[in-house]
Amino acid sequence: MKLVVAAIKPFKLEDVKENLEGLGIQGMTISDARGYGRQKGHTEVYRGAEYQVDFIPKLRLEVVVEDDQVDEVVKAITDGAGTGTIGDGKIWVVPVEQIVRIRTGEKGSDAL
Amino acid sequence: MILGVPAIEGDEGPDRKDVLVDTGDTAFILVCAALVMFMTPGLALFYGGMVRAKNVLGTIMQSFFALGIVSVLWVLVGYTLSFGPDKGGLIGSLEWLGFGGVGQEPNADLAGTIPHVLFATFQMMFAVITPALITGAFAERMKFSGYCAFMAGWLLFVYAPIAHWVWAPGGWIRELGALDFAGGTVVHINAGVAALAVILVIGKRRGFGKDAIIPHNLTMTILGAGVLWFGWFGFNAGSALGAGGLAASAFLATNLGAAAGALGWAIVDSVKEKKSTSLGIASGAVAGLVAITPAAGFVGPTAAIAIGLAGGIVCAWAVGLKFSLGYDDSLDVVGVHMVGGIVGALLTGVFADIAINEAGADGLLTGGGAALLGKQFIAVGVTLLYSFVVTFGLAKAIDAVIGLRVTEEEEITGLDLTQHSEAGYVFGEGGGGLTQTAPATAGAPVVAPHGAAITEGGTLR
Repeated sequence: MKLVVAAIKPFKLEDVKENLEGLGIQGMTISDARGYGRQKGHTEVYRGAEYQVDFIPKLRLEVVVEDDQVDEVVKAITDGAGTGTIGDGKIWVVPVEQIVRIRTGEKGSDAL
Repeated sequence: MILGVPAIEGDEGPDRKDVLVDTGDTAFILVCAALVMFMTPGLALFYGGMVRAKNVLGTIMQSFFALGIVSVLWVLVGYTLSFGPDKGGLIGSLEWLGFGGVGQEPNADLAGTIPHVLFATFQMMFAVITPALITGAFAERMKFSGYCAFMAGWLLFVYAPIAHWVWAPGGWIRELGALDFAGGTVVHINAGVAALAVILVIGKRRGFGKDAIIPHNLTMTILGAGVLWFGWFGFNAGSALGAGGLAASAFLATNLGAAAGALGWAIVDSVKEKKSTSLGIASGAVAGLVAITPAAGFVGPTAAIAIGLAGGIVCAWAVGLKFSLGYDDSLDVVGVHMVGGIVGALLTGVFADIAINEAGADGLLTGGGAALLGKQFIAVGVTLLYSFVVTFGLAKAIDAVIGLRVTEEEEITGLDLTQHSEAGYVFGEGGGGLTQTAPATAGAPVVAPHGAAITEGGTLR
């Protein structure tokens, strides 16, 4: 199993979610995040004083999938979150040692 | 404001005690006193939104608790020092300690148609908000104990004498003929220059001019500006001390001052930044209100627009000075209240019109020549000098005895947790990991472990 993590533009969440549901992915976790990559932040102005805000709002999306689903899941997120402009975000994939469904105690693929 | 008295002239004399209370005037000033009281919580919102989340309660407290400290001190000793029978034009006598002799019958020298106790209470609300204004300058770094001492000392050593000079019968600036309808010198210039003195003593916030120290909740700030605008009707129209034409004229001038101030700041913003900011418009409204305050009962509507506009434009420029001059006026008390107050006081000398208020005078553009403007200059200069010097000394003394500034660690953690053991915002179930460690009756503070969840720049502190 793999954990697919993506930092995406907040307004693209619906598109990503639809694409993942289309693959039969059941459930995901999202959280508010702030960050920057090549896309630097933005400028804010308070009483004439300008401030560079480096960290800008993103959504962090996490989904655990079977190994053979990774490629299509990554593609689904890429298609859903992409706008073709700087700041679309990143996806990274990490191995998962174990997964347990708390209600039933099921483990591994059964818990997905 | 005394000059605004529309009341029964010539009622002084043996029958003074029999002067009738005017119920209309009394009802109006009662409401105005409540309106002015409401400005202080409005100020708390205005300031509270402009600081970082970790200091929101500490900042709100510094405005709100002025109601506690100053109300009590005003009755005990502040009022008699300010308005008690004159001693040499400089200070009031101690005759009215504890509001002794401040009764339900009018005092014709102060306000001839409303109960003396109402006049004294109306004045209490002015005395509350004036030192509260100063707190915006030293926001985010003062110890609560140092703040309490400062409020008390400043009321007695700075506010009371200046209020006496400008407003009390026999006060030397009032006798000079300078005009201040509702508190341009006593309230705004006084608080603004005192703010400058305190921040020179207490020093800059950690990271000032380097880190992005930006407002955490401007919705709160704009609503606070709206509450201030609303309360200001009581402040200015109420300074007519009666429910008549002059109050109506001052009411209109107040609204126009705020409106034109917002417009003025928005113009500067859009020229400089290509965008109008909501903080700029809220600040401009307050700057316009500050500028119109001394003039409210002496000028007509077009002059009020000119004064408000000037206030908004000049203050929008002035708030940038702190970066080049290198002093940390956190929420721009100097740039808005001192500068806006000076603009208003001087323009009163330009636009004042006897046709609006026969107790006033004609200004530079209304046929009075430069005489009034000269007197306005003196009133401004004296207030700047006295308030700065005494406030500086007071702040130095408190710093030496109690200490003004929180420790560096406390400053990084924030005033809410370190000064008050509270958090302004608690998110999540179970109070964000809060566990009660003592019942409310035990007197031991519940120290909030979730303090660590208050973030600065995205880093857990």
